[in-house]
Amino acid sequence: MELALSEGWVEPELAEDFPELGLVHAPIQTRPRRSPREVKRRLHVLADRYTGAKVIHMRQDSIPWAYRVFSRQVGIDPDMDRTPVEAIALERLRHGGLKSENIVDDALTLAIADTGVPVIALDADKLIGEPGLRQARSGEELAGVRPLFQRQLVVADEARPVALVLGEVGHDAGVTGATERMLLCALRVKGVPPIAVEEALWIAAETLYT
Amino acid sequence: MLLEHAPPAAPRTLPDERAARRTLLDQVARLEDELAQLFCSIWPRKGFSLGVPGRGGPRLLSLAELEELRDDLAARTQDARRALSDRTYREEQYRQLIEEMMLDPAAHKWVRVRNEDIGEPGCKNWHVRPRLGPIGMLMGWWRVVISSGCPLAT
Repeated sequence: MELALSEGWVEPELAEDFPELGLVHAPIQTRPRRSPREVKRRLHVLADRYTGAKVIHMRQDSIPWAYRVFSRQVGIDPDMDRTPVEAIALERLRHGGLKSENIVDDALTLAIADTGVPVIALDADKLIGEPGLRQARSGEELAGVRPLFQRQLVVADEARPVALVLGEVGHDAGVTGATERMLLCALRVKGVPPIAVEEALWIAAETLYT
Repeated sequence: MLLEHAPPAAPRTLPDERAARRTLLDQVARLEDELAQLFCSIWPRKGFSLGVPGRGGPRLLSLAELEELRDDLAARTQDARRALSDRTYREEQYRQLIEEMMLDPAAHKWVRVRNEDIGEPGCKNWHVRPRLGPIGMLMGWWRVVISSGCPLAT
């Protein structure tokens, strides 16, 4: 399996405050479907690795901590709007396991839980140009989700915002049953080694190709 | 006199916020680290407030907002640390009380200390009770009964 990793653009004003902020993306040629048994088994094994003490101490682990700090620095309360890895851990504790949804969601769950790095999947055919990180402009909206405030941080292509940073994906760019090519995007912040970001994308891709 | 009437000198350079923003962002990171450590130290104790409200993010906060966030985090950290210090002091006193109860139960009749009082999870408690009920009370046969079971869910 080969994975072509690319570094997305970052708006200069954002890069000034967060020099190590980045969006690494990789195209995947596969369609969404139900998860095979092997992926369900991996989710099951992953769920068994969580304990209450591990979840309590998660915020002190370097990578989850780095995303907590970034959340705080951009005005998110990480105890209310959990970082993706903490949200997965909390879901595991609440429901006693990690439920299989479909191959895409399961792949993202496995990648995020294993590495702590947030990964999203976009429909590559619906994107216009290369994705990157910028602030929302006046009057922009996240299609089908909500209007955006000026200066909100978004993942955008060259035409419009496609996802909120550490948040929802716009309906006009998300993966659907008709998707034939995906783009996996991982957010990198200060304190997260590049290898962890690459590993997250590799785990997601390898799961999607299962 | 001349100086008093002279017009204020125009600034030669515009103030650069970058250094101040970097410093504030670093301070926010350090305080978030302290809050995370406190959270882990506090667990499983209850009744602590560590929440600092979000600022409608994700977005780039202004300098004033960053200052306000830093101040809120610092205040919350300080409050939590003080509350934890008070709590651990009380817990230490309860631990000493348990030792004294074990050494001299008769001097601590009917005293009960719960796990919660010493900052531990679970339902264990130390209770000074008379041996053989009323007979023990009359004879001064006091002892510490350690119960470790949680009540059954109803």
